[in-house]
Amino acid sequence: MSYSLALRRDTLSKFSEFEKREPIQTKTETGDLLFNSSPKTVTKGINIVSFKSVIKLYPLATGDFYALKGIDLDIPTGSIFGIIGRSGAGKSSLLRTINRLEKPSSGQVFVGGIDIGGLNEVDLVKLRRRIGMIFQHFNLLSAKTVFENVALPLQVAGVPKADIQQRVSELLALVGLQDKHHTFPKRLSGGQKQRVGIARALATNPEILLCDEATSALDPETTQSILQLLRDINRQLGITIILITHEMSVIREIADQVVVLEQGEVAECGLVWKIFGNPQHEATKALLAPLQHHLPDDLQDRLQTTPPISGPYQQILQLSYNGENQLEPDLLRISQYFQGSSLLHGGVDRIQGHAHGRLLLAVDSNIALPDFKQLTQGNQAIAHHIEVLGYVAGTFHSR
Amino acid sequence: MSLALSIPADRYWQALFDTLAMVGVSGAIAFVAGIPLAILLVVTAPQGFLASPRLNRVIGSLVNGFRATPFIVLLVALIPLTRLLVGTSIGVWAAIVPLAISATPFFARIAEVSLREVDAGLIEAAQAMGCKKWDIIRHVYLPEALPSIIGGFTITLVALISSSAMAGAVGAGGLGDLAIRYGYQRFDTQVMVLVIVMLIVLVTLVQFIGDRYVRWLKER
Repeated sequence: MSYSLALRRDTLSKFSEFEKREPIQTKTETGDLLFNSSPKTVTKGINIVSFKSVIKLYPLATGDFYALKGIDLDIPTGSIFGIIGRSGAGKSSLLRTINRLEKPSSGQVFVGGIDIGGLNEVDLVKLRRRIGMIFQHFNLLSAKTVFENVALPLQVAGVPKADIQQRVSELLALVGLQDKHHTFPKRLSGGQKQRVGIARALATNPEILLCDEATSALDPETTQSILQLLRDINRQLGITIILITHEMSVIREIADQVVVLEQGEVAECGLVWKIFGNPQHEATKALLAPLQHHLPDDLQDRLQTTPPISGPYQQILQLSYNGENQLEPDLLRISQYFQGSSLLHGGVDRIQGHAHGRLLLAVDSNIALPDFKQLTQGNQAIAHHIEVLGYVAGTFHSR
Repeated sequence: MSLALSIPADRYWQALFDTLAMVGVSGAIAFVAGIPLAILLVVTAPQGFLASPRLNRVIGSLVNGFRATPFIVLLVALIPLTRLLVGTSIGVWAAIVPLAISATPFFARIAEVSLREVDAGLIEAAQAMGCKKWDIIRHVYLPEALPSIIGGFTITLVALISSSAMAGAVGAGGLGDLAIRYGYQRFDTQVMVLVIVMLIVLVTLVQFIGDRYVRWLKER
């Protein structure tokens, strides 16, 4: 995919200039909203979205099914907020209460300080024009060209043709599809389709962008480029992004805060690096498991809980890092304490500037292990947590 | 080789013209009336965005009632209405009324299926971007279902060609009437064979044009 970074930066700045222009007078009741709303002026308060005891139940033949069991949650203005959970956790229902594609059975949803439960049809349409949405399967209209797809939200809002022309051209340049105006969606790749979806979602200059598993149908490389684009949109246009996903890697990649949903309830919620470093709930741990560096199976099989009675052996140590106190794995100091050790397995990720991960060391049996307490506390700490996982007979390599 | 016609060529042309007029006009009426009916059936359905089970049931029963009545019965039963609408109960125009009334519910049901097959995700996306109900019908339902609707309309036209053969019962003429009166009642095999050939060509042509149009819509 041809996608030049320099060009994108350029168009992004052009795009924000466009927003600063004098508001264009339109005949419709909502026209002024389109060009006159910048996130700073329209939405007051720290939290752009707040949920208060939101319950959603679906009456089924087999009894009522509670998709959401009383959600209380605040989403800060300007953040990238992740909602993660396993299938059926209620992520999708929760996201859809924000633009009222789903109406809560009880409880309130505030968007920009306004309880959206009481909006009539006209106000609901206005609200939806302030909230863009992109989808897992893109949901582009196959009978319309790329241009017509992006133009539709403006067209139905009654924006004059000349303004639509200019706005759509800018949006397509923003997402790197300036040469695809008259192409039908069928001829685009998955990543290109999602770019059209993003351009369409941004057409009415929204304050919030809802992403419904936006990268789940894309390959890893395309996922990265879409996430990069979302990050740019958040940073440079100040749009709050609320995304749902079942992949922790997406959260790690772009989210500032995350809420973990489990069976319609908030399992835990907080800054991404904190949740990654110190997951409390079973569901969070399960979702994080694929990202963690577990002991390899072959090693696990050879692991004993007590040292062998005779012969040389290796002590298997796990050093964990959870992001607190800016602590980094200092290799020099680690090797001072564990001389002759080898690094068996492990990895460190940086999440929001905090080092996360674990290192597995094999320390020869003739090295006496120091007191771990001293090594995990205060200024002298070399890791947040150190434990002996077990012992393996023999050596890993001939010295 | 020259073919000696047993009846003047004019008769064939007149019959073809009558058939085309009956099928064309009643087809057009069925299209114009059937689409709104289909839309109503879809949007008032329990999952539709104007869910109204009662209205849905009323329209559904009406549609089913007309579809259950055989065309030859409808042709005769509707004579009072026909006389009211076109002032006569015989001739091409008199046949168009029952033809249109029988084709409309038929086409409405086919178009309903086409509309129902529009991906719910597209409706959701349209709602999310601030489309009102009419916008969704105009910009999502109709354009997205168009290839399938055209396919269904082709089937309706072919069914109309077939029904129009019975229009002779009200003196409307047409190819079917020619075949019955000359081919069957007068034992004129030549007329029978020629009419069948003309009908085959006509149906093939309608189907071909319909298919090509659908393919063009889908391959854009």
